[in-house]
Amino acid sequence: MPVGAAAPAPLGVRPRKGRVGRLVHYLKDDEARWGMLFITPSVIFFLLFILVPVLLSFYLGFHRWNPLHPLGEARFIWFGNFQELVTDPGFLRTAWNTFVFVVGSVTLMVIGSLLTSMCLNAGIRASSMYRGLFYSPVVTSLVATAVIWLWIFDPQFGFINNVLRELGLPEPRWTASRDWAMPTVILTFVWREVGYFTVIYLAALQGVPEELKEAAKIDGASPIQVFRHITIPLLMPATLFVLVLGILRATQNSFAVIYVMTSGGPVNSTNVLVVYLFQYAFEFFRMGFASAVSLFIFVLIFGLSLVQFRLIGRRTELL
Amino acid sequence: MEFTTTLHSTRLKWIRRIWRLMLYIYLTIAALIVLIPYFWMASASLKEPGEIFQVGVNFLPKTFYTENYRILFSDYQIVRWLVNSFVVAGIVMFTNMTFTVTAGYAFARLRFKGRDVMFFVYVGAMMVPLQVRLIPSFIIVKELGWLDTYQGIASIQLIEFFGIFLIRQFMLNFPRELEDAARIDGCNWFRVLWQIIIPNSKPALAALAIFTFTASWNNFLWALVVINKPDWMTIQVGLSSMKGEIIPWGVLMAGTFISALPLAILYVMLQRLFVQGIVTSGIKG
Repeated sequence: MPVGAAAPAPLGVRPRKGRVGRLVHYLKDDEARWGMLFITPSVIFFLLFILVPVLLSFYLGFHRWNPLHPLGEARFIWFGNFQELVTDPGFLRTAWNTFVFVVGSVTLMVIGSLLTSMCLNAGIRASSMYRGLFYSPVVTSLVATAVIWLWIFDPQFGFINNVLRELGLPEPRWTASRDWAMPTVILTFVWREVGYFTVIYLAALQGVPEELKEAAKIDGASPIQVFRHITIPLLMPATLFVLVLGILRATQNSFAVIYVMTSGGPVNSTNVLVVYLFQYAFEFFRMGFASAVSLFIFVLIFGLSLVQFRLIGRRTELL
Repeated sequence: MEFTTTLHSTRLKWIRRIWRLMLYIYLTIAALIVLIPYFWMASASLKEPGEIFQVGVNFLPKTFYTENYRILFSDYQIVRWLVNSFVVAGIVMFTNMTFTVTAGYAFARLRFKGRDVMFFVYVGAMMVPLQVRLIPSFIIVKELGWLDTYQGIASIQLIEFFGIFLIRQFMLNFPRELEDAARIDGCNWFRVLWQIIIPNSKPALAALAIFTFTASWNNFLWALVVINKPDWMTIQVGLSSMKGEIIPWGVLMAGTFISALPLAILYVMLQRLFVQGIVTSGIKG
């Protein structure tokens, strides 16, 4: 049944005339009553923690408000916050960093997960053991991941610089260096997330019919040709899905990794929108300005989520 | 002719072997990249300070130095943080299992006025990112006096609209005949849900339980916002607070190890459910 299709009227219940009659009929209708009862908790939650917050965000986005004063004292300043936003070099830097972080990590995640899932799908022994292993970072919290990698990337005593030192190679200062901080947080994030997309790709690869590949091989196609003309086109829907989901996750989950590893530094070089929002709201207490940032993120994420939702719809039909 | 085909096939066999070898090399390297960080964490947690700050790669600690763990349990409230996280994740899992299941069922099966409009609204709610809810929800929770409380930390995840969507999709594919029979026998809708639907939806419910528990356990941003007092810190916030100006690496790694343990154990026991959950849902987490 498509989303939004109208349900037929319940059988065996006679509609009555008049507004009061309809209401009586409605309340007596057992099915409707249970239905309302079942969704009531979620409606309350929706109002309190989704609808009101979204409206309040729009309200605050157009106001200047210090959280130490009552909300009624917020001052309406038209587009002041947004004006300040687009002219703030910090914001422009942050938006650019978010772009770099998302593009960098999504690219690496797609390449890594595609390669890994193809290896796992090649009929190797202990494939499910490998899959279990590769998925385990996803189960590790982002904070734990960030702390572990902070230790590994430690400029003096970390594992990586110790290895580089033994090999006589230059030792970057990683999270403490303006040039290397961004690659460091990207690699950390990718380490944690690749397993997730590997599992999605693996499911898609297992859906590629074996007969199709066999038929192509019998017709004399080389393994590369089979890959190019059969596997890749059949993986396109999964890839699109992985891309959108990857962008969503990279935009939102970057917070824990960056907050713990660099707090956006050194000198803003790893500051991304979600960290910037947190800083303005809860460190500088500029709620109105931070709300304007959150609305910017909202538009970004909501648009992407719409695309993603269309894709899920397609996927659930397939599954 | 015969000769050339044999030659061809032996060459092919070799190519295949080399290909296979490369595959295993790739997987081994990938496995090492996954494993070394965990190993490095565990080994650092058992090293004495002198050994941690030693130059050179030493994988295994020379002596098993348990002092880091002693300091962790005596100087930090890690037990309290773990208990807090368990309580909050337990609340979140419970409310989701109750209310998203009933709502998902209502949207899949029961007919009532405004149902489809509401469902459409809920789909929209699913797409509202945490970031835009962060500041206003903080204000609301503060007004409710819920800062530094379990209900405050749990509040934002009490109901996952994505869960409602998932349960609805699952129940739409459920055969109707069983329910109809129960309805004819005079069961009310709650009994139909409780005695017929729920016992037959175990995989979907298990996936939902794991999804909501881990989502709450790993929640960081919101917890950071609503928690001020160390007593109420969840394990994620507590762990991030251990990282001071001078980082006590040995103790911090011990803390990280302990913090990752509960979910790791759960994952080892229920691995199939963890992985299946995302294959069928493929979203969030």
